[in-house]
Amino acid sequence: MAEQTASNKPVVATISLAGCFGCHMSLLDIDDRIVQFIDLFELNKSPVNDIKKFTKRAHVGLVEGGCCNDENVKVLRYFRENCDVLVSVGACAGNGGLPALRNKMPLQECLVEAYLDAPTAELGKAIIPYDEELPKLLDRVYPCHEVVKIDYYMPGCPPSAEVFWDTLTSVIKGQGFDLPVELIKYD
Amino acid sequence: MPKITFKIDGKQCTAEDGQNLVEAAADNHVYIPTLCHMKGEKCLGTCRVCMVKVNGKDMAGCTLSVSEGMEVTFDTPELNDKRKALIEMLFVERNHFCPSCEKSGRCDLQALAYRFKMHIPRFRYRYPFFEVYSKVDKLMLEHNRCILCQRCVEFIRDPDTNRKIFSMRNRTNKSMIQVDYRLANKMSEEQIDKAVAICPVGAIIKKGQGFDEAYGQRKYDQHPIGYEVDGGTNSK
Ligand code: SF4
Ligand code: SF4
Repeated sequence: MAEQTASNKPVVATISLAGCFGCHMSLLDIDDRIVQFIDLFELNKSPVNDIKKFTKRAHVGLVEGGCCNDENVKVLRYFRENCDVLVSVGACAGNGGLPALRNKMPLQECLVEAYLDAPTAELGKAIIPYDEELPKLLDRVYPCHEVVKIDYYMPGCPPSAEVFWDTLTSVIKGQGFDLPVELIKYD
Repeated sequence: MPKITFKIDGKQCTAEDGQNLVEAAADNHVYIPTLCHMKGEKCLGTCRVCMVKVNGKDMAGCTLSVSEGMEVTFDTPELNDKRKALIEMLFVERNHFCPSCEKSGRCDLQALAYRFKMHIPRFRYRYPFFEVYSKVDKLMLEHNRCILCQRCVEFIRDPDTNRKIFSMRNRTNKSMIQVDYRLANKMSEEQIDKAVAICPVGAIIKKGQGFDEAYGQRKYDQHPIGYEVDGGTNSK
């Protein structure tokens, strides 16, 4: 386990990779339990508080979204190195989700369709964006567990606030969790 | 037919001699999941989800006939995990995007995944490329969801010639179902409905029908698959 923190609260970190932030919205849907959340946990690196770098080791890392570019892979590995328990959150982290629809076709075809042949592309002037600063797209979208070891999964698109709450509270207690079918049924 | 007794996980069961194991188990309120076997129809033995142990060997339950004194092992962590792994393999083999699938909520594969509490398949997704075959007037073949159970191959035949309308093409991971579109164009409404209904997944779709059942009223919305057999007592 991570060393005891000053506040002695379990440390949680979150990140959105190739996701839509829907999972994070769902986390915020815990409503007034957000007050309990603050009492129970300390939030480290997360888009919610905009902490960019881990300032301490986290007990639990929640990862939304799969990996569609090299930046995602880097960040995911950074999370794995800095979190005791890593949870893959939602369909995109688990199986690539909607972004993975592109996995069935070559990357080049997707780029041409999106930037050159798009109805809004300016004729003759359209280019496929390329800059050193831009993350490089991967050949396909990878679920998180195909890149690093994942300890738990939270199914759903997005997982409901209940699932977030149940998972966080049981993982922190060191318990496994058994989500009832009603909570993981998304169809 | 003479009655015999046999055991499933130590539970005394009675059945007709030579009865199909999956069906005999159901009569004794034990749900052995299947994706290819259909009650009263000849055994296909393609999906292997009905795996049980008899005489120390793993076997497809639907291929077995019960006999006096037979001892069947079914509900063990090892066998349940093997069954779950088989379901997971079916999910990674093709492209299953349930939220956009016409069969969602009434799909046997999806229902079994829920029953086995599958969160994420343990295998790598293959993301193969398949085009939807839509040449037939009234139906579509959505290869992305086919589990190659071969129900359509065996049980949907041209009524005049008894020829197969659906058949298998290629081998190994290139195997796929093909359809004789001339025969398929002759299919009656009832036969199309039957094909759609017996396909355990959303691979055979009737054109113009789509999402015709409301959420909450679909086959597996109220109860998990197998509920009519075991009343939900055995969760595996
Ligand atoms: S066939 Fe079943 S498992 Fe596959 S996408 Fe459709 S509902 Fe989901
Ligand atoms: S189309 Fe349906 S019935 Fe035919 S083999 Fe595929 S899954 Fe089975």
